[in-house]
Amino acid sequence: MIKFENVTMAYRKDGNPALNDVTFEIADGEFVFLVGQSGAGKSTILRLLIREETAKNGTVLIDEINIGMLPQKEVPKLRRNIGMVFQDFRLLPEKTVAENVAFALQVLSKSPDEIKQTVPAVLDLVGLLDKANRRPEQLSGGEQQRVAIARALVNRPAILMADEPTGNLDPDTSVEIMRLLDQINKAGTTVIMATHDAGIVDQMRKRVIEITGGTIIRDQARGVYGYS
Amino acid sequence: MSPFMTRVRFVLGEVWQGISRSITLTIALIATFAISLSLLGVSLLVGSQVNEMKDYWFDKVEISIFLCTSGSDTATCTNGPATEAQKSQIRTDLEAMQPLVAEIFFESQQDAYNRFIERFKSSPISANVTPDQLPESFRIKLSNPEEFITVVNKFTSRPGIEAVRDQRATLSKLFSVLGGLQALALGFGLAMLVVTSLLVGNTIRVTAYARRREIGIMRLVGASKMALRLPFLLEAVFGALVGGIIATGILSFIKGYLVDQVIATSFTFTSFFGWQAVVSASIICLVSGTLLAFITAWFGIARHLKV
Repeated sequence: MIKFENVTMAYRKDGNPALNDVTFEIADGEFVFLVGQSGAGKSTILRLLIREETAKNGTVLIDEINIGMLPQKEVPKLRRNIGMVFQDFRLLPEKTVAENVAFALQVLSKSPDEIKQTVPAVLDLVGLLDKANRRPEQLSGGEQQRVAIARALVNRPAILMADEPTGNLDPDTSVEIMRLLDQINKAGTTVIMATHDAGIVDQMRKRVIEITGGTIIRDQARGVYGYS
Repeated sequence: MSPFMTRVRFVLGEVWQGISRSITLTIALIATFAISLSLLGVSLLVGSQVNEMKDYWFDKVEISIFLCTSGSDTATCTNGPATEAQKSQIRTDLEAMQPLVAEIFFESQQDAYNRFIERFKSSPISANVTPDQLPESFRIKLSNPEEFITVVNKFTSRPGIEAVRDQRATLSKLFSVLGGLQALALGFGLAMLVVTSLLVGNTIRVTAYARRREIGIMRLVGASKMALRLPFLLEAVFGALVGGIIATGILSFIKGYLVDQVIATSFTFTSFFGWQAVVSASIICLVSGTLLAFITAWFGIARHLKV
């Protein structure tokens, strides 16, 4: 359970709050779109959840734990429970697909046996088992994003967050990525996706939280991108 | 392969990437460590040399009265070795000079021989020396060292005495030169260490920038603070260790070639520091270099690496 209670963040240069008195809840296993224009505050919500930022006012809770009050040394543990995917994939160019995924386990000192078992399984899940030894540059954009999703999932997080994951992809590839995220969600993972891709939001018919200027103006189950 | 070894291999692989990506910076780091630690080592060796040149009595007494041996050929020794009567007369006269004469030690030929062998044990000349070649001596500590001339004048040119020496006076000039050299090497060495620690900080900044993708991903997947810091610490320690090993090589060259092959052949009046001094100087260089690298890296990382 994710809970935002009257969260306010003031860091924008024009003096307007990045988030203004934001309150919402996301239940375990939900699929939620955060929509709104660039700079509306979508990424800020995601950054608050992994403690890249700390709220000025209000509380951010995950499973009743106050993220803003988390001691610094507990922050890595929090992030192990949240997978994160970005618009620019953020893969390591000199590592192969399998090595990129394994990297997330290696930095957590996971055993070689576990790495050997988990990496092919998660690559199979995203449909890239046959390309395990390719390098990112040899893959299409959609395939690179699948690698990033595999890396985000390899530690079996309860929450998967995606910040504009289809921003660099063509519509057909975007649909494939959405299908994959939907499949991951159906397996029990909470998925939060920030996007301004109206077509995808309209097609998926999931819960939509719309933000403008740091304020939630709509929170709708099975919503579409805009009212129009 | 055991899990531990896999883990080690992974971390070393990351370190190697950091090193090879900023290879010129790593070379600069190693070079400054090598230079600063060599200078530190040289100052330690000069210190060892000063200690080597001070004999057993140096810090304990001001004046040494050497008695005639069978081999002495000065005018005061024409009657052969000092007699028992001469010796007891000297002692009586010395005791009469209290309180200026604070302490009197007598060194027999056997004592002198034992000390000589101990001091020159690494030198070939020790093999040719026998106890009867070495003079007996009175070693005198003064309550006021400034007044040494009073004692010198009283005993110089007395039969049975070969020489009266104030070793401090003769050696102190040499020691002040060596002391200056030591301070100079130490000063440059410390200045270079400051430069080196600045360079450690810079290397970390550049490496952190070169590795920003990896670091970003490591933070994202929840790597611990230590896992993030370790590659940087190891890189700095690697630079210090390689620099320290080069410094050890330079110190060994100074001992093995410069001192043993060049200087020792032209200056036979003294013994020179042994390999033991080189070993301990090298250990001090390696340990202090590694510690410095670790500490500066630790604080450097804190500045450039947010967890």
